[in-house]
Amino acid sequence: MKRRFLIAALIALLVPAPQAVAQSKTKVVATFSILADIVSNVGGDRVEVTSLVGANSDAHVYNPSPADARKLADARVVFVNGLGFEGWLERLVKASGTKAPTVVASKGIKPLERAASGGHSHGRVDPHAWQSVANVKVYATNVRDGLIAADPAGKATYDANAAAYLEKLDALDKEVRDAVAKIPAERRRVLTTHDSFGYFAAAYGIEMVAPQGVSTESEPSAKDVAALITQIKNKKISGVFMENVTDPRLIQRISAETGAKGGGTLYSDALTDPKGPAPTYIDLIRHNIRTLSQALMTKPL
Amino acid sequence: MFDLLIAPFSEFEFMRRALAGVLALAFGAGPIGVFLMLRRMSLVGDAMAHAILPGAAIGFLISGLNLFAMATGGLIAGFVVALAAGLVARVTELKEDASLAAFFLISLAVGVTIVSIRGTNIDLLHFLFGTVLALDDQTLILIAVNATVTLIGLALIYRPLLLECVDPNFLRSVSRAGGPAHILFLALVVLNLVSGFHALGTLLAVGIMMLPAAAARFWARDITTMLVISALVGAASGYAGLLLSYHTSVPSGPAVILVAGGIYAVSVVFGPVGGLIQRLVPRRHLEA
Repeated sequence: MKRRFLIAALIALLVPAPQAVAQSKTKVVATFSILADIVSNVGGDRVEVTSLVGANSDAHVYNPSPADARKLADARVVFVNGLGFEGWLERLVKASGTKAPTVVASKGIKPLERAASGGHSHGRVDPHAWQSVANVKVYATNVRDGLIAADPAGKATYDANAAAYLEKLDALDKEVRDAVAKIPAERRRVLTTHDSFGYFAAAYGIEMVAPQGVSTESEPSAKDVAALITQIKNKKISGVFMENVTDPRLIQRISAETGAKGGGTLYSDALTDPKGPAPTYIDLIRHNIRTLSQALMTKPL
Repeated sequence: MFDLLIAPFSEFEFMRRALAGVLALAFGAGPIGVFLMLRRMSLVGDAMAHAILPGAAIGFLISGLNLFAMATGGLIAGFVVALAAGLVARVTELKEDASLAAFFLISLAVGVTIVSIRGTNIDLLHFLFGTVLALDDQTLILIAVNATVTLIGLALIYRPLLLECVDPNFLRSVSRAGGPAHILFLALVVLNLVSGFHALGTLLAVGIMMLPAAAARFWARDITTMLVISALVGAASGYAGLLLSYHTSVPSGPAVILVAGGIYAVSVVFGPVGGLIQRLVPRRHLEA
């Protein structure tokens, strides 16, 4: 009797209990962390989202691995950003032999032409559409429809989740607009090496200027700093966000000489891990607008 | 010509600050370098730079990129190593270079341990490679004060220091100033390295100390002249290096040291005192 009980206990231990629950979830794949966050907001408990490109990683230089092909093969539906963002995806989908339909989250968005300058190229169209909250509302709707098509039984859940998320996005959009409205119009001009903020700039009216004649690698030379200062002065720029100029002392020097405020990081293409300042899409936008207003609101010294 | 040589400085404040910084640095570090060289301690600067680093790192970990904390930490670590090494060399049989090697290695190991315990070393790179382009008032004052103290200090210990370079046994027989002078001298070395790493970074701080001194050696036999030439070479490298960085976008710290290296190379070949050409081309013997 005792022995039988032991065996039963052992078997119970060996069979992973949560599997039953996991099985009932719809497995979906999103190509990068921001999209995965949107999908999990709409999908809620009914879906299990896997992001091919994880948090803190750059989707532009992503190299698909065999494990990713397997994730795709297991998936019921694959969410992609589209607009040429995931150039590597098509081959991966073929290679994985997945039967999952591909849902383009940016479907229906009016794409922006790319700014002429820019490091990485996705062709003519700027793919970073999620930098405008209004676009992400379209994303959320597309994601909802994609999920319903793949898992009709969950329609009620997806509808409710999507409605709740859209509400949050509306609030976020208003938050950003309020924050921008507080910044004096003549100070809404920022120098940044990021070329991912085209939609943000267009939607909220903050001008993003790319630095000219600055090598973006390693230690800045006197030439680089001089070019930066000249450009900031000539274009009356109020904030500086440079990926490569991270030395706070150098930023301070540039600020002191030009009156432009600097510092802080703007997140563009990926979420941070849960400990970072931008673990979800909403946090990311909040962080960016807070960083921007901090730099632009303060009067120069 | 004006555009090439002066406009960068008249137009940009950061260039003026950088120039002031490297000039002050050159005037302090150049003479120090000459004495180091004459005492066959040319590599001591390098060792001391390593000894300072952990102290500065500790200062950084405690209070971030705070000039005062990092400078104090560096000074303390440097002084401790210099004093301990100097004492061991004077009191025991061990020679100066060996005892210094021992102490700076210990100091470096302590520093690396502390840094890795705290688990951050990303930002340390910033001060390893200095930012001559980002000198604020505080840092400029620190560099200038250090240069002033160095020159006054050298003037005070000039005679014993010189004698010890030339004939330490004689000095020991006539005076007891050798020991204190030696310690004070090492302290000045540390002082200059600390201000050097704020302007150019630790690795390059040694460069602006030793390269001008080594170059000066080829131009003068007289030590006073050598001191002056060393300081001037350092100042010229600073000015030319900044211009080089401004016109060609070479990073500033390395640019300054590269110019100093160029001057050194020229001196090796053309220097009238023991230079390559002067040695290879035999002078005509005077005939009776």
